[in-house]
Amino acid sequence: MNFNLTKEQEAVRKMVRKFAANEVEPIAAECDREHRFPVETVEKMAKYGIMGIPYPEEYEGAGGDHVSYAIAVEELSRVCGSTGVICSAHTSLCTWPIFAWGNEEQKKKYVPDLASGRKIGAFGLTEPGAGTDAAGQQTVAVDMGDHYVLNGAKVFITNGGYADTFVILAMTDKTKGTRGGITAFIVEKGFKGFSIGKTEDKLGICASSTTELIMQDCIVPKENVLGKVGEGFKVAMSTLDGGRIGIASQALGIAQGAFDVTVEYMKSRKQFGKTLSKFQALQFEMAAMKTQIEAARLLIYRAANFKDLHQEYSEASAMAKLFAGETAMHVTTKCVQFHGGYGYTKDYPVERMMRDAKITEIYEGTSEVQKIVIAGKIFGKK
Amino acid sequence: MAYKIIVCAKQVPDTNEIKTNPETGTLIRDGVPSILNNDDANALEEALKIKDAFPGTTITVITMGPPQATEMLQECLAMGADDAILLSDRALGGSDTWATSNAISAGIAKVGEYDIIFAGRQAIDGDTAQVGPQIAEKLGIPQVSYVKEFAIEGNEITVKRALEDGYELIKLQTPCLLTAIKELNTPRYMYIKGIYKAMKHDIKVWNAADIGVDLTTVGLKASPTNVFKSFTPKPKGAGQKVAGDTDKELAVNLLVGLKEKNII
Repeated sequence: MNFNLTKEQEAVRKMVRKFAANEVEPIAAECDREHRFPVETVEKMAKYGIMGIPYPEEYEGAGGDHVSYAIAVEELSRVCGSTGVICSAHTSLCTWPIFAWGNEEQKKKYVPDLASGRKIGAFGLTEPGAGTDAAGQQTVAVDMGDHYVLNGAKVFITNGGYADTFVILAMTDKTKGTRGGITAFIVEKGFKGFSIGKTEDKLGICASSTTELIMQDCIVPKENVLGKVGEGFKVAMSTLDGGRIGIASQALGIAQGAFDVTVEYMKSRKQFGKTLSKFQALQFEMAAMKTQIEAARLLIYRAANFKDLHQEYSEASAMAKLFAGETAMHVTTKCVQFHGGYGYTKDYPVERMMRDAKITEIYEGTSEVQKIVIAGKIFGKK
Repeated sequence: MAYKIIVCAKQVPDTNEIKTNPETGTLIRDGVPSILNNDDANALEEALKIKDAFPGTTITVITMGPPQATEMLQECLAMGADDAILLSDRALGGSDTWATSNAISAGIAKVGEYDIIFAGRQAIDGDTAQVGPQIAEKLGIPQVSYVKEFAIEGNEITVKRALEDGYELIKLQTPCLLTAIKELNTPRYMYIKGIYKAMKHDIKVWNAADIGVDLTTVGLKASPTNVFKSFTPKPKGAGQKVAGDTDKELAVNLLVGLKEKNII
């Protein structure tokens, strides 16, 4: 048993923390206010290898591991939850399924552009009537011999407006249902019949792009079937197992960021003749929160480590996301409270962090869905 | 054209509250987080920019320090340096600037050929700004300190040397030594890919015998300068603001004040 990070992982934290402080934090409030996707930051992240940490160098990744990747998302999210999820959705939800499920031609064609960050990736599973309940998929793909024709719409797609490459799930055989009936496809932005729909106006992570995807007689060549026909549900679920490590890391970063600024605030803010940091009731709350944050961190690094060791990580990542999401919401809400009226204003970052935290209990499987995954391990699947 | 570049770097404590050993007056480095010295990061960045522009260019970073200085060298490698050398030996401990430059110039002589040596202007722990220039003297090569702009064409280098009230435009030939100031560039970050490579890199550790340095010219005892006393200067107090509505009035009031205190 070893709880210490490796020298490499420590160095990744040091680098991303510095990067986040210089490049991300100064524009975080502005990007949130203007609902502006930070294109320039993504370009810099690409240059330094932050957009492809856990992929081998032969595919133009950084040659790192999933613990380092989790640390990077955490450090970005400490100052900006939007930037954290841009990296997470790209790395876990698009590059990963192509890297893990793609054949050699697909990997050679798509992974280098994604892992190097030259292109941005997104993942399309959710529809107005189907998210985790993938059986409700309305998007259909019809086999036309040498290509498929896709029709349907996806919603809430992270990176939607800025992505070049998409992994899209569609029903190829309704009679077979979820298992056997769904297929994953690699879709390029420029494919005929593919377009970006409405951009969502959200409570938080306002600098990330969340859009609809519309496929209207969208032509997808046969060689872009990802995995086998009918294996789409497996592709999607295994992708989300990894994605949850990223979102848990985002939640952890948001919680840590809010906690850190609150510690500083409590040391300077005076009430009743003493600083907030001198009130034991508040000290105890901070002590409990620090413990919660650290527990979330351990769950996340454990899940990421399982993934690096090619061990089963589905339950571990569900636990990590469940706990980290709830921690982020609890901690940021308390941090706003400890800032009093100032915390409710946009002059302090904690209100943004509180708005950003909420989504971590919702996307890539709600907290309730994480409990379904965990309960399934206890009692068996239905 | 490709160049051979040597960068002199130093690991320094990352704190404003530097603790000193009350007996020797030297810095206590244990337990203090350490960083790559700021100006040295500018020195490395300029070398990396040359490497970006002229493929085939190689950069070797050299430092003198305790074994933990390898961490700083790994950071330099992760930023893009090709090789790193640590001069580490108890015999070198406690060296002042003269003794340090004896050791480093001996180390550089062992490295062999080079076109440019970059060093930072000065280190934030000692602030002497002497080691870079001394190395150039001992190697017998031209030097320019306080470099804020740099250009190279073939063997000819053009630099701007910062002065308090302007700059000097200087042309010189390789091989030479230049010391960098923060105005020269903005240092890059470590590359994530570079981090994994750096940790696997075999950093050369040379002791005093390896570099063949005369032991009577290095270390604490050989150092002609010694720390006599270290102390924290007392705060000066609030000072006095000169008031006045016009420039002339301000000048008059200032002169009157100075005369009253018998300063002028």
